[in-house]
Amino acid sequence: MRHLRSLDDLGPGGVVRLLGLTDHMVDIGRRAMPKVPALRGRTVAMCFFEDSTRTRLSFDTAAKRLSADTMTFSVSNSSLNKGESLRDTIETLESMGVDAFVVRHRSSGVPWQIARWTSAAVVNAGDGWHQHPTQALLDAYTLWTSLGRAPLEDGRPLAGVRVAIVGDIKHSRVARSDVDAFTQLGAEVVLVAPPTLLPPSLEAWPVTATDRLDDVLDTVDVLYLLRMQRERLGESLLPGLREYTSRFALTPERAARLRPEVRVMHPGPMNRGVEIGVDPARLAHSLILDQVTNGVAVRMAVLFDLLAQGGDTSTTVSALGDRHD
Amino acid sequence: MVPTAAGGCEPPQPGALVLGADDVRRAVTRVAHEIVERNRGTEHLVLVGLQRGGVWLTEALGAALERIGGVAVPTGSIDVSLYRDDIALRPVTVGAATHLPVDLSGAVVVLVDDVLFTGRTVRAALDALNDYGRPRAVQLAVMVDRGHRELPIRADYVGKNLPTSRDEDVVATPAGVELHRRSGGGA
Repeated sequence: MRHLRSLDDLGPGGVVRLLGLTDHMVDIGRRAMPKVPALRGRTVAMCFFEDSTRTRLSFDTAAKRLSADTMTFSVSNSSLNKGESLRDTIETLESMGVDAFVVRHRSSGVPWQIARWTSAAVVNAGDGWHQHPTQALLDAYTLWTSLGRAPLEDGRPLAGVRVAIVGDIKHSRVARSDVDAFTQLGAEVVLVAPPTLLPPSLEAWPVTATDRLDDVLDTVDVLYLLRMQRERLGESLLPGLREYTSRFALTPERAARLRPEVRVMHPGPMNRGVEIGVDPARLAHSLILDQVTNGVAVRMAVLFDLLAQGGDTSTTVSALGDRHD
Repeated sequence: MVPTAAGGCEPPQPGALVLGADDVRRAVTRVAHEIVERNRGTEHLVLVGLQRGGVWLTEALGAALERIGGVAVPTGSIDVSLYRDDIALRPVTVGAATHLPVDLSGAVVVLVDDVLFTGRTVRAALDALNDYGRPRAVQLAVMVDRGHRELPIRADYVGKNLPTSRDEDVVATPAGVELHRRSGGGA
């Protein structure tokens, strides 16, 4: 893997490989000394052109647990406000010696553009409505471990699992990446949203869709609630938040109907009273905090996979031979 | 050729079976006795196998120590892939997890591996152990010492000293120890 811009960069079987690698990283996080020297001397630049404290801190913690150095670039105090172009910014940082850029940007496709300008690895930490691959990996890992860690060998450890993704699918990079990850691992995905919040074309998506949450509530194993962004209200896509809540939120009534083994997930931050009307701590099987915890380990696995396996392939071959040392 | 501790003055032919299953079993028993003798018993001992080659030998030594001492010796395993100094040069073994059943602080840890070669894996293991606790002492047991050390590291217990050339591979399993000519640089 050279970059992680979308899950496609992982290649066939890549999601499963990273689930296995994440297990190692989870072990490190549980130790009294949760740090290993694996990426000593590497530098990871956090380039957040759109605010996100929790994702940035998660990547930052992941890099530090692998002993990488980090630098943080955020828009509020950057030269972008002085008119510097994105390209100049990236080239400036790269000339300081950056091995990986972790990029979040409000425009789709920016990580691909940056990858053309730099020889460093690029990790997409969310681009516009497009992709958020590390969120999908941490969601897949959280679900896989919660559902009893089915064997990874056949590549479909989520086979037979039915997942409902509920909310604003159209504007959600989380939904796009999660659909990729869950279906690659064998799960069946149903999208639940008002028609105005579904993407214009679903033909290419390996999913079904409905606008009636109550119809699927009894048939799913996992309820994945998306964050309802209040700014969508101004775009005439919804009659109102109360209307949305009554039809698509996890209300106390719907929570009471859920089978106890149904897992509830949310990418955070939650809008309490909008997409979720119950205290997740009172749900039988909320995975929302596990998602945050696993975020660090998954990002360690991604950074390790990108930065530790690099180097010249010819030396790789000879070093492979020295396995008994 | 310099005579070696475990006998054998001639370098064996490539592809040859150096030790059979019975020889391996006898070597395990002898090494177990050496461990007991040197440590005056098995109290405070913890056997830690290096993933993955050292795991079978750890189990075999653990069983032998229990036969000799009458009590089970705690055993565990450690994966050092995140501590290696050649990390960019080799793929990481996924699925070989670290498992340490007891607190290592104050224990006498016997690191166990199948083959001792450059010493770099052992160096990484010493760093890794440090992050889990502070053992009173660390000793090293290997089935085969094949030479070519690149670091000042030596084994305390050796099943077989085996002169090799760098372009050979040594495979040590419970079924025996084999020496292979490496074909084309692959593993």
